Amino acid sequence: MKAAVITFPGSNCDRDLATAFEKAGATVSRVWHKDTELPEGVDVVGVPGGFSFGDYLRCGAIAARSPIAGAMIRHAERGGYVLGICNGFQVLTETGLLPGALMRNAGLKFICRPVDLRVATADSAFTSGWAPEDVVRFPIAHHDGNYTADPETLARLRGEDRVAFTYVENPNGSMQDIAGLLSANRRVLGLMPHPERAIEAEQGGADGMGLFRALLGGMALA
Amino acid sequence: MKARVHVMLKDGVLDPQGEAVRHALGTLGFSGVEGVRQGKVIELDLAATDRAAAETEVRQMCEKLLANTVIEKYTVEIG
Repeated sequence: MKAAVITFPGSNCDRDLATAFEKAGATVSRVWHKDTELPEGVDVVGVPGGFSFGDYLRCGAIAARSPIAGAMIRHAERGGYVLGICNGFQVLTETGLLPGALMRNAGLKFICRPVDLRVATADSAFTSGWAPEDVVRFPIAHHDGNYTADPETLARLRGEDRVAFTYVENPNGSMQDIAGLLSANRRVLGLMPHPERAIEAEQGGADGMGLFRALLGGMALA
Repeated sequence: MKARVHVMLKDGVLDPQGEAVRHALGTLGFSGVEGVRQGKVIELDLAATDRAAAETEVRQMCEKLLANTVIEKYTVEIG
């Protein structure tokens, strides 16, 4: 399986994400925001955490209009897998690949600590290694993770079983405790918590590897 | 030609930053502030000379980048 990890100016979790993909057995190429195409044969695109373009205008807004974002959108539209973490989740909502928006945390503070998450659905390549209601622990590190969407969108996400993870204790004010979301075809996942920062016991836990192993094992060919 | 874009959160979208500003104003003794909403002003210098065309173009800029219409609304002033 081939993964491509995007680097924007201000990305700071791109190496961690590449390491997690490699640890799960993927061949990883690194792509730059000015690239206009993904490498040939890429199965999954990783959109990393960080502060792309300094969070100017809105978190993820400029990155979502960068040349590589166009290639990522075309990849998603032809059924390719995309994993957006933290700032990557913000980028995915700004492109419209995932609905809603991520606003300033309700408590206004930057929050950086491990949190417990409930697996809300096992029906995706990302979450198939767990059972619904399983609890996993990933770190969060964000200022703008307060998930917001209109009531119709929230109802549709629930109806289509597209909430991937919820917070056990809501840290940021997210509606319906939403921590991660799937696209309609279940091949695009965006989440605020960082599975790539929980891949070795030395990091305080390795729950995040469950996501990368399941993804590498369960991806249908794009 | 100059254009000025005001971007505000839509009515009904909670504004935690505005709330924090309201609390701070209360602390300073401004007791009569019943609500604060915080937004952005973006000023553009345009080469265009036709007002209507400029407004149409700036509205497209708002839809494509300057505002996130999922949570924000905008107004455009030309000149």
